[in-house]
Amino acid sequence: MALLRITTPVDEATIRSLNVGDTVSITGRLYTGRDAVHHRIHEGTRPPVDLNGAILYHCGPVMVKEGDQWICKAAGPTTSSREEPYQHEVIRDYGLRGVIGKGGMGEKTLAACKQYGAVYLHAIGGAAQVCAASIKRVDGVDWMDLGSPEAIWHLWVEDFMAIVTMDAHGRSLHKEVFEASRERLEALKA
Amino acid sequence: MTATAPLHEVTKEPALFESILELIRRTSTILPDDVVRAVTAARKNEAEGSNADVALNVIGCNIGLAKESSLPLCQDTGTILFFVHTPVGYDQLEFEETATEAVRAATKKGYLRQNSVDSITGKNTGDNTGPGSPVFHFHQWREPHVEVKLMLKGGGCENMNAQYSLPDPKLGGRDLKGVENAILDCILNAQGQGCGPGILGVCIGGDRGTGYAYAKEQLLRELDDTNSDPLLADLEKRVVEKANQSGIGPMGFGGNTTLLACKIGTQNRLPASYFVSIAYMCWAYRRRGAQLDLNGQVTEWLY
Repeated sequence: MALLRITTPVDEATIRSLNVGDTVSITGRLYTGRDAVHHRIHEGTRPPVDLNGAILYHCGPVMVKEGDQWICKAAGPTTSSREEPYQHEVIRDYGLRGVIGKGGMGEKTLAACKQYGAVYLHAIGGAAQVCAASIKRVDGVDWMDLGSPEAIWHLWVEDFMAIVTMDAHGRSLHKEVFEASRERLEALKA
Repeated sequence: MTATAPLHEVTKEPALFESILELIRRTSTILPDDVVRAVTAARKNEAEGSNADVALNVIGCNIGLAKESSLPLCQDTGTILFFVHTPVGYDQLEFEETATEAVRAATKKGYLRQNSVDSITGKNTGDNTGPGSPVFHFHQWREPHVEVKLMLKGGGCENMNAQYSLPDPKLGGRDLKGVENAILDCILNAQGQGCGPGILGVCIGGDRGTGYAYAKEQLLRELDDTNSDPLLADLEKRVVEKANQSGIGPMGFGGNTTLLACKIGTQNRLPASYFVSIAYMCWAYRRRGAQLDLNGQVTEWLY
């Protein structure tokens, strides 16, 4: 298992060099985007930020405003499978190079990763304080009308850790674990 | 009285307000001891340096960080579920109003995320109140004091809940074998999406509504207790053993820890119905409680 450092925005060659099982440490800008953001983009609205080479974080953080500054109180990943109907086209249309979330995604997203050069990065679900510790600043926010958890937060992260579970070579750890566990549980049936 | 009760209503019960606010803070930031023990023990079952081991290590660090900094363990502070027992004649409406005010205050302080959204317009109320939130389950009892238990159940794990109706051609008939296969099917479908290693609350029987409610109530049991019904105790043990042989592992990364516990209860059913309702709880199993005197002062913390 290799530890690889990535800075955002990230180029296609770097992303294509990653493999399932690699641990990455990300430094730079991350944008959050989850259910309502994907739905709105799918309905035809252009994202208000440049996603070219960007990594999108499936996350609805706890944010509190202290004076003029937003403070991130907790920021772990949310379940990514809900974005499965939309993620492929966001990768295709806006040059996204990675998404961070939890639980993995399906065939459509895996195909987009392979075709356009992107990866799925798995953060540890529920570990909101470990994730928040690597968020050094909140630089801005868009689409606040969607409510704080659904808004696009501009986060500056240093050494944000995640594990590659879907790569640009067509491999998905989630698919492999699902198939293997289905066989095992079938054999264990009462 | 609606959720928009003015603040002076609260000052009638300042002790109760402070007690509930502290209960919310503790629940959101400090994992109960029984859960910490289970998560810690799980690590020795995983190969050192494996993804499963890394996940459990990060989870361990997170538990410590949240407690030290008094910040939410998980950003999804979930559905806010109060389970309350009160003496006969106690004013439950006043409790509900005061606890709702405490929820508003806890949201402002960042112990809770703004988590209450209008289902049609998508508008977030911003303070965790609105139709159906927070949730109160009141019961009367003949004890002289109030008991309040609070559970914060995140959306990721709530989405993995499942309800089966037996018989089912793939799962089996109306017996404990059918129940066991239904539970294992739920685990297969959940994979890592509910933030495993998970804890299951299960209800056999009831109707579709009461089945789910009772399944959640099973999650109020301590993880290391033993079911008083030997048949169910045996089933709980078997489900955990089989789930942990599935290879799904923490976060669905693969590994030997898929479930930390399974708690099963029963409700009577109609002759025509046989529901198995499963509440999937994530590892960040936030539940705490307190006994209160009639003035709202905490006399004992639970869990």
